[in-house]
Amino acid sequence: MIWTAIIASIAVYSWKILGYLVPERFITPAFRAFADRVTVALLAALVGIQGFTLAGSVVLDVRVAALGVGALMLWLRAPYVLVVLVGALVAAGLRLLGF
Amino acid sequence: MRRQVLSTSISVGIATGLYGISFGAIGVVAGLDVPTVMVLSLLMFSGASQFAFVGVVAAGGAPLAAITSAWLMGIRNSFYAIRLTSVFGPLGMIKLLSAQLTIDESNAVSAAQQTKEAQKLGFWATGIAVFIFWNLATLLGALAGNLMGSVEQWGLDAAAAVAFLGLLWPRLRQQLALALAGFGVALVSYPFLPAGIPILLAAAVALIPWRSKA
Repeated sequence: MIWTAIIASIAVYSWKILGYLVPERFITPAFRAFADRVTVALLAALVGIQGFTLAGSVVLDVRVAALGVGALMLWLRAPYVLVVLVGALVAAGLRLLGF
Repeated sequence: MRRQVLSTSISVGIATGLYGISFGAIGVVAGLDVPTVMVLSLLMFSGASQFAFVGVVAAGGAPLAAITSAWLMGIRNSFYAIRLTSVFGPLGMIKLLSAQLTIDESNAVSAAQQTKEAQKLGFWATGIAVFIFWNLATLLGALAGNLMGSVEQWGLDAAAAVAFLGLLWPRLRQQLALALAGFGVALVSYPFLPAGIPILLAAAVALIPWRSKA
């Protein structure tokens, strides 16, 4: 399995390096604006997949509460690491209570 | 400014470590040995791709399926790299290194900064901080994996979701419509498509020239 992991790592790296090898003249202002928007769209999609899905279906569970508390803390400008830590604690705590 | 960027970077590094523990534990529970789990964190170094790889292995999938899922999950790093190219200008051989550090977190912290200087610093500081904490945490998780029980029990799955929300947060006020579209497309398509594809589909909403609020 270690060789499968190495080959997969090289495959993933190929995307990373490819982005740096695109010739400058292809990177128009419109394309740059697109790459900037992609950052936002992907992060939002990752929140969705990581927070609202389980084994092939969309679900609502304690992670929603963790995200809600996280959003409130971010709105109150709490430090990032504290927000993530409290998110974990909220989910762990609610599960301990049987949710 | 410099101080603030560095403190954000380290903060993101530590927070990423939290779910790095979860990755290490999940990897071992999925049946990978500790060196293989570490190869993924050191060489692949892209959280979503690593989780995809381990997910396929845990489900008893073929090696080729594991490689393909990880690969598909990594496409977005290419977009990040393109964004970063215009921040950096010519990099020479250093691009081999910056490519390895091009991930959600380093790009997000960079994109949240106002000046070019801060954007560069944000990328390098976050990339290096995440690399260090992610790998230490993976090792810890892999060694403790079988003792930990489930990562859900520790809320580590929620930590990852909250971490992505935190990275998105600085951009939400200006680009709320775009974010909601990406979120919606990913979730609506998720039940019907193979792992990795819903995320790609969400990237496609960025093709629409959404106006951002100043």
